[in-house]
Amino acid sequence: MLHMICCVKQVPDPEAPASQFKVDEAAKKVLPIPGVDPVADEYAVRGVEAALRIREAVGEAKITILTLGPEAARDAVKKALAMGADEGVQLTDKAFEDGDSFATARALAAAIKKLEPVDIVFCGRQAPDWDVGVTPSVIAELLGVPCVTRACDVKVSDGTLKVERVLMDGFETVEVRLPAVVTISNELGEPRYPQLREIMAAARKPVAVWSAADLGLDPSQVGAAGSVLSLDRLYVPVQEAQCEFIEGETMEEAAEKLATKLREAKLI
Amino acid sequence: MANESGVLVIAETADGAVAGITLEVLGAARRLADGLGQPVQAALLGQGVEPLAQALIAAGADKVYVVDAPILAEYQTDAFVPAAEKVCREANPSIVLLGQTDVGRDLGPRLAFRLGTAVAMDCLDLAISGGRLVMTRACYGGNANAQHTCKAMPQMATVRVKSQEPLAPDASRQGQVIKVAADIDPAAVRTKITDRRKVEAEGIRLEDAEVIVGGGRGVGSLEGFQTLTELADLMKGAVGSTRAACDAGFCSVATQIGLTGKVVSPALYIAVGISGASQHMAGLSGAKNIVAINKDPEANVFRYCRYGIVSDWKAVVPTFLSKVRQLKAG
Repeated sequence: MLHMICCVKQVPDPEAPASQFKVDEAAKKVLPIPGVDPVADEYAVRGVEAALRIREAVGEAKITILTLGPEAARDAVKKALAMGADEGVQLTDKAFEDGDSFATARALAAAIKKLEPVDIVFCGRQAPDWDVGVTPSVIAELLGVPCVTRACDVKVSDGTLKVERVLMDGFETVEVRLPAVVTISNELGEPRYPQLREIMAAARKPVAVWSAADLGLDPSQVGAAGSVLSLDRLYVPVQEAQCEFIEGETMEEAAEKLATKLREAKLI
Repeated sequence: MANESGVLVIAETADGAVAGITLEVLGAARRLADGLGQPVQAALLGQGVEPLAQALIAAGADKVYVVDAPILAEYQTDAFVPAAEKVCREANPSIVLLGQTDVGRDLGPRLAFRLGTAVAMDCLDLAISGGRLVMTRACYGGNANAQHTCKAMPQMATVRVKSQEPLAPDASRQGQVIKVAADIDPAAVRTKITDRRKVEAEGIRLEDAEVIVGGGRGVGSLEGFQTLTELADLMKGAVGSTRAACDAGFCSVATQIGLTGKVVSPALYIAVGISGASQHMAGLSGAKNIVAINKDPEANVFRYCRYGIVSDWKAVVPTFLSKVRQLKAG
């Protein structure tokens, strides 16, 4: 039976107003916004959607959700289980914290090996917290399998994966033998919304919690200790623009004033 | 390896010429290399690309490593990773730079892994401090900046399009061209490209446009975007969009500006029905003047604006369009 693993990540809500975004520069951490809950990375959620579509197309398949994060990251796993995935694995250990993409990939790849046989690993194209997009490629390197990045459509037939990729100026169709790692872009389309019944069923689905020791990893190989890229500073950049608001008796008048101003500035 | 020296640029080509981003990255490489007292190296990978080596030298390279082979005719991860790795091992640079492009996004992480190092993606600024490369990049959708250094060698970064100045090309610059054999086993290429289709927006390319009319989710419909197209045409500009507008199906994915789309640098950007999510604004870091029409006076977009009008766009854009037409005619 086809086995797909979907890596999901809990992130601060990227839709939160930018004006409320604050960092603790001394701790080099983003401060949580009161009243705004973290969410599952929307690209990764589309990875779950891609796996569900494949299961529907082939008839039978197992979908495992994998996350690395603190205890609270369980919410992201539960969301994916409510969408229809079968079981979850959560990597939670002090040793995993503050890793760069390479150290994080080492932990995720070790968990994937423990879950083998695995046919497809789905990840989001880049998580909207660090906006990096490195982890999936490194997982593929560690597993010794190919990686197809930024997919907007995936189909499986006879052990071959057919992937539609989003490029800067178009699309590309790629075929690859399984197993493979695939990253999903937003062009895949809207993910399904779990129904109440499915949310309740998800509460009964098993979620294993594994530590570094469970994966046979030494704490020095993962998290901050296992990272070569160090974060030296985190700050909010200053916006220097001063907006001149153009008003008028009517909006038509404001529109005409704007056109005139832009003409005077030789911008049109 | 030890005694690393040099700033190596992974070059890209487009339509038979050196890609614009590569000229920008070479500009940054030259600046860093001069600070370190090290040479600039370039890796030129492809088929029939050797004649472009001179253009890389004119743009700032001292040494160009050319891997010219049929298997590199199109970018494929499994062929380009070993070719780039081979050049890096031969050149032994202290810094490796790529563009944040389709190729750089895919190749950067794999190459970093093979070289036993890490890569900072989508950097806005690169500087040398105490002999180490300080890499500044945007994160949290552009809400924050992070500064990184790398504990391993080589130090690697991908560079955001239009964040760095190219050098003025100097055809009299001298440099060395070194040929490197590909030695790639075709069986090692595990992916097969069966189709590649270009989707180009009609008219002026977004990346080249001096005026861009950008539309967001607030534009509300395909018809709304037709009005924006009319305005863009009138100003000899191009239409851009946000990811949300693309996802809603109002416009082509090729028009997307932002972290997951294009980076543009127009003299004038007119934002219509755009809230100004940082993920969109990240693509506008090179825009010289931003004007926004949005009904929410608190919209983030106004923080970036020179001029703004607080209104439903439908009450403003048609009159604005007629006024522009009248000014242009007069």
